[in-house]
Amino acid sequence: MSNIITVKKGFDIKIIGEPENKISIPRVVSYAIKPTDFIGVTPKMMVKEDDKVKAGTPIFYAKHNEKILFTSPVSGVVKSINRGEKRVIEEVIIIPDSIQDYEDFGKESLATMNREDVVEKLLKSGLWTLIRKRPYAVIPNPETSPKCIIVSGFDSSPLAADYNILLKGKAAEIQLGVDVLKKLTQGKIHVNVSYEKTTCDELLKLQGVELNKFKGQHPVGNVSIQIAKLDPINKGDSVWYIDAQDLAIIGKLFATGMVEKDRIIALVGNEVVRPQYYKLKFGACIEHLVEGNVLKENNLRYISGSVLTGKTISAEGYLGAYDNLVSVITEGDYYDFLGWILPGFKKFSLYRTFLSGFLQLLPKENRKPVHIDTNLHGGKRAFVMTGEFEKVLPLDIYPLQLIKACIIGDIDLMEELGIYEVDAEDFALCEVVDVSKTDIQQIIREGLELMRKELGE
Amino acid sequence: MKWVRNLLDNIKPNFEKGGKFPWLHSTFDAFETFAFVPKTTTKSGAHFRDALDMKRTMTIVIIALLPALLIGTYNIGYQHFLSLDPTMGLFDDIWQNLWYGIVKILPILVVSYGVGLGIEFAFAQWRGHEVNEGYLVSGMLIPLIMPPDVPLWQLTIAVIFAVIIGKEVFGGTGMNFMNPALLARAFLFFAFPSSMSGDKVWIAEKADAFSGATPLAEMMTGGTMPSTSILDMIIGFMPGSIGETSVIAIALGAILLLITGIGNWKIMLSVFIGGAAMGLTFNYFGSNPYTQLPFYYHFLMGGFMFGAVFMATDPVTAAQTNRGKWIYGFLIGVMAVLIRVVNPAYPEGMMLSILLLNVFAPLIDYFVVDANIKMRTKRWKLKGGTNV
Repeated sequence: MSNIITVKKGFDIKIIGEPENKISIPRVVSYAIKPTDFIGVTPKMMVKEDDKVKAGTPIFYAKHNEKILFTSPVSGVVKSINRGEKRVIEEVIIIPDSIQDYEDFGKESLATMNREDVVEKLLKSGLWTLIRKRPYAVIPNPETSPKCIIVSGFDSSPLAADYNILLKGKAAEIQLGVDVLKKLTQGKIHVNVSYEKTTCDELLKLQGVELNKFKGQHPVGNVSIQIAKLDPINKGDSVWYIDAQDLAIIGKLFATGMVEKDRIIALVGNEVVRPQYYKLKFGACIEHLVEGNVLKENNLRYISGSVLTGKTISAEGYLGAYDNLVSVITEGDYYDFLGWILPGFKKFSLYRTFLSGFLQLLPKENRKPVHIDTNLHGGKRAFVMTGEFEKVLPLDIYPLQLIKACIIGDIDLMEELGIYEVDAEDFALCEVVDVSKTDIQQIIREGLELMRKELGE
Repeated sequence: MKWVRNLLDNIKPNFEKGGKFPWLHSTFDAFETFAFVPKTTTKSGAHFRDALDMKRTMTIVIIALLPALLIGTYNIGYQHFLSLDPTMGLFDDIWQNLWYGIVKILPILVVSYGVGLGIEFAFAQWRGHEVNEGYLVSGMLIPLIMPPDVPLWQLTIAVIFAVIIGKEVFGGTGMNFMNPALLARAFLFFAFPSSMSGDKVWIAEKADAFSGATPLAEMMTGGTMPSTSILDMIIGFMPGSIGETSVIAIALGAILLLITGIGNWKIMLSVFIGGAAMGLTFNYFGSNPYTQLPFYYHFLMGGFMFGAVFMATDPVTAAQTNRGKWIYGFLIGVMAVLIRVVNPAYPEGMMLSILLLNVFAPLIDYFVVDANIKMRTKRWKLKGGTNV
């Protein structure tokens, strides 16, 4: 009873530092909620410094909709509210108590609740913010209803965490979460898993869902690609999506009445000594994860999220709101003597102008993991090469034309070329293979933001 | 290579704002990044990037052009001495042929690169950009599509025209819509026709008694078959533009471009398909000897091969969509053969055919992209979408 969907284009980049199957619980000394993780949210603070909070206590709400609350992952004390340029709130730091105290959101049976009750419980507990909406990858307006909801059950990006490990033992919570989602839409609940990788019953045995098995290479795990295959987004449509691990948190709320924002995350990358899994709460400080577990010879880049789409954080930085990966790779701040002409045995390239590029022709199972760094490998140029983006973007969209439409800010053209169907993350591989070294994800993100501001959600 | 780095770091402040030569900043930057790939790191988006950059891309094309340059150089000398002594064998005096060729081609290369890069550097500085590598390829292409006796002053004007009017006024490499190298040749072709056509120009300092007609010229003046043997056409020992004569040399370049993926196979293949289709059509309907010429002769004569491999595939001026590339290449092949056979004024059709399709490439892309837009609008209307 499942659909098998094959995605032909795309590319799996194998990188050194995949996590081994071991879960530890690290010491976490502080937590942060970063309003900048939520697209289109301007925070209005509900707590002050030194206030005591419980797990589930609201910290701030969204200026555009005061019902959308953002709650604390732990009980503790608000230590500081850090502001950046133009006094934008960047982080709200919370120091946890030794014994955790939870807000009680009630244990009313789901069967007796209607849609309004469910929405209200999700909003109050702050778990509404785990759901996002396409187009624009924003938190959905609770007054609206989507044409379908996607439960994202695998990640295809490089060094991705294995969802079989992330979801282990959470079958009941996920099923309850699915039942909650069913109250939110008249449409289908799609559970999207990997044809090759997903083996866990937590997803494969879910009741009352449409199970879709996706076969292919990255970005097959991106929801845009999945939606395009299942039920393409047209102008005016909205599709909601949620990560399977986050769905378990919602399930747990309805089972226990408590907000337990637990996630299993993976620490990965070619600068990590022992890449593995950790169990921690949202917004945890990564300091004690990486301490003593990274190589010291080079400057390092710490990333919350994947090496394709994550955000740069410091070695004492905090995990992002939707991330289940911390990647650590080498900073590429070195000069490369005649690097543009030497044969290049060890460089990462998908082009066969480097000898190492030929290794990437191997089928994905046989590809050897490569070492990567953050060097841009050249200067920025106007677009010259064509036809390369199309190879790694499995959407019926003309990438170069859409990128150019975003650059000139022509919203009619962006709409015609399919901007509603994409998110910046879908263009990450295009960005990697771009010979002109353009920051394509930023261009698409700015294009999407322009659309959202001009036309509303 | 530490000392090179140290040297560069020492003199770098001179070229920055407030230094002694800020007006040479782009020039210094070009040489610095030539020696070292810069240490710039990713600031947004994907944290790692492919190691391929524009310098390497362009270098691959230049390497692909080297066989044609080498054989072209030898051929200049060989054709010259052959015209003096028609009994001379191909390898009778290798070093003399080669030396003569080098003496002929070096000034052309120097003028092409000197003038072209000079303008590029000046524009980069003026705009405050890094110097773009595009001209490294154009600067090599231009000599290879010139007759060996091209007057250097004419070449200078042609290069200035091609770089400024063909490229810089549109914003430089990546923004131009016509191939600059072909534009240089077209400029000479129309501005100084006596240096670019006729039987005289294709052999350097040709002895008057020797015919020296290219196969294309022979066909146009009513020959039944070109006098050059197929073997000579394939190896490349016949009169013609410097780099266009040798099928083997160009094929070697094509192989490198295709293996590395820098040259687009769709365009290359479709140019040949287009040429063959038009050639066969003429074979079927035509009545004069030229129309009866077997279609593969078109690939061997003149600049067809060179144009298909190195000019039509220029990604900036070609169609940018995959479907568009097939149409674009096919029409180049069709038009090239059409101009050759039907047009009484010009023996060669490749140059004009590619320039023509350069102009039409955006239109081809427009229709391809428009089909995608229509598909999306239709899907939306099926779901009950209104307005627009």
